[in-house]
Amino acid sequence: MKNKKRVQLTIDGMDVNVPEDYTILQAAKEVNIKIPTLCYLKDICEIGACRMCLVEVEGAKGWQASCVQKVAEGMVVRTHTPDILNFRKKNLELILSNHPAMCQSCNRGSTGCELKTLANNMDTEFANYAKNQEVITANQVLEVDEGISIYRDPNRCILCRRCISVCHNIQTVGAIDVINRGFNTVVGTTFNRPIDESKCVNCGQCINVCPTGALQEHQSLDEFWALMKTGKHLVVQTAPAVRAALGEEFDMPIGTDVTGKMVTALRMLGFHKVFDTDMAADLTIMEEGTELIHRIQNGGPLPLITSCSPGWIKFCEHFYHDMLENVSSCKSPHEMMGAMVKSYYAEKSGIDPADIAVISIMPCTAKKYEAQREELAATGYQDVDMVLTTRELARMIKAFGIDFPALPDGEFDNPLGISTGAATIFGATGGVMEAALRTVADVLTGQSSDSIDYTQVRGNEEGIKEVTLEIAGLTIKAAAAHGLGNARKLMERIKAGEHFDFIEVMACPGGCVNGGGQPQQPSSVRNWMNLAEERAKALYRSDQESFVRKSHKNPAVKELYKTYLGEPGSEKAHHLLHTHYIKR
Amino acid sequence: MCNCKEMEMKFEQLDQIIDKHKAERGALIPVLHEAQEVFGYLPYEVQERIADGLGLSMAKVYGVVTFYSQFSLKQKGRYKINVCMGTACYVKGANDILGKFLGRLKIQVGDCTPDGKFSLDSCRCIGACGLAPVVTINDEVYGRLTPEMVDQIMDEYERKE
Repeated sequence: MKNKKRVQLTIDGMDVNVPEDYTILQAAKEVNIKIPTLCYLKDICEIGACRMCLVEVEGAKGWQASCVQKVAEGMVVRTHTPDILNFRKKNLELILSNHPAMCQSCNRGSTGCELKTLANNMDTEFANYAKNQEVITANQVLEVDEGISIYRDPNRCILCRRCISVCHNIQTVGAIDVINRGFNTVVGTTFNRPIDESKCVNCGQCINVCPTGALQEHQSLDEFWALMKTGKHLVVQTAPAVRAALGEEFDMPIGTDVTGKMVTALRMLGFHKVFDTDMAADLTIMEEGTELIHRIQNGGPLPLITSCSPGWIKFCEHFYHDMLENVSSCKSPHEMMGAMVKSYYAEKSGIDPADIAVISIMPCTAKKYEAQREELAATGYQDVDMVLTTRELARMIKAFGIDFPALPDGEFDNPLGISTGAATIFGATGGVMEAALRTVADVLTGQSSDSIDYTQVRGNEEGIKEVTLEIAGLTIKAAAAHGLGNARKLMERIKAGEHFDFIEVMACPGGCVNGGGQPQQPSSVRNWMNLAEERAKALYRSDQESFVRKSHKNPAVKELYKTYLGEPGSEKAHHLLHTHYIKR
Repeated sequence: MCNCKEMEMKFEQLDQIIDKHKAERGALIPVLHEAQEVFGYLPYEVQERIADGLGLSMAKVYGVVTFYSQFSLKQKGRYKINVCMGTACYVKGANDILGKFLGRLKIQVGDCTPDGKFSLDSCRCIGACGLAPVVTINDEVYGRLTPEMVDQIMDEYERKE
């Protein structure tokens, strides 16, 4: 960063010196004043629409929205005069007057609903708006849209437009927009069709940015309790990113690795086997690495594009179906695990696959949709029976009354619970690529390489990270994109003729650690820190501390190929671990 | 009632409209206007073609269509009846005029008769308050109406093709 020009201003009587491109909101933070916001979300929604953050600027005509108003030399700002406080309160009461007061039955009610927090902080009076509320919200109940992955309750929506912004500008999907006008305004899909009939890719980024409970994952807990009662053999698996964020639901610091506690909690919840999706991530590297080497040595098609992210897969099926042959045929890791549980594990343990239910705990909402794809049923049964998000797991743990932070560490079950550091970093952008390069380098050179850390592909400051490597006389040009807007940019470059050998795409900005099923952090957190980066640190730390850090050195993976699958890419491996895609 | 040949021609016209405006900034609204002239309204398939043609999401197109009252999602009749419900017309009995049309046509406001001949809409002030209450049928303006006059006008139109 260049040395930016700084300006001097006064906020609530305090002198502040900040870079000239700061907003008043940012400058106020420097002197420990948190101006309330509602629609504002850094880098995502900066439109100054909700008017919660208005401040008085001396000499300016009218009050200014501090989230978008830039500072200026000599500016005199007052953030909390009695008039402003009164205005904010009335403004909030008007917003609340069109919002159902049913926090008890809203999942967001107990976990950081921004509207509720503001209402509490600003001393709003229910009596002031209750009368209007009955007229507006009770008489005009809008239909709830229960998609396979996404649940939308427009009644709870306050029209902040964060979801629209993330869907259009960050993900470039555009499944939802503002529909109608005036009192009838809603956030909806084209022709108000169910979200499942739109081009929504189920990434769930809209959920992560929603300040209220209007957007949620498809609620699967009731289905889970019903499944539990069937007496089936319940096998659970957890994705790498879950362990890096689950603790947040229990007020643990962001970036805490809670792997051991999570495993203990899952046993307490009644799962019979607790396996690790990380193990299947290692398997993915074996299959995908083999596919990459095969394609490089046999003339393509290149680039090979990763297939771990089901949001990306549906995006590709909708918008880039002419490039589907570039996408790896590998199933996503949890689907591979599901197939292995219902074949290898079922045979080994003598349990009929019909009696096994595989439940995936995922940081992802798109996996709910993925699990229902007909083509993902290698054994004749769906590879994965149910997907629960990190949030849903937290809800289960809370419902059971388990004191999560106090739990002792548990260990995953064998053999499908053994994994490497390479698999752990799948949860962060660039992780799959790094894991693949570790294995591909060893396979191509025929030796165990010491270069393990490919830091060029880590981090989320850059939307597209590129690296060119020389391995055993081959030049491999690779790139990792995260966020579908960045994926689109990269795809356009490839279509324009640029050559790459290997591409990693993660639908969510920052990768799975920032997936649509992860704990929702309010803007008061997200505006001031790089959430995905903090969570990713937990994964890279875990990788660093791992004894085995290359997928092909995973003893369980070796055993699996030796006794069951044969070689990577074998016919059996293809049948169980690979899939195909559909033009949409 | 589907006339497939005719539909095909209309979609060809739509493609030309899209091509004509494609390069412009803010092409969507002029395209929607011209598309509505061709089709009479903006059904799903038309919006889909426009979204694809202009590289916009369908949700965006639908959002714009539902924002502006001049865009219609429903088929309009050959004779588009528009009853002004602005303040002056309302005070002068526009509600009775509208009631008369509703009774004769047996459709709801915003709808079209099954034979596709008449559609009925209400609007807010067409700027002819001196003639209140006012009704327009296509480009014809009828002012200072009484419910009896509505019967005469409708009799006349019912004789037309």
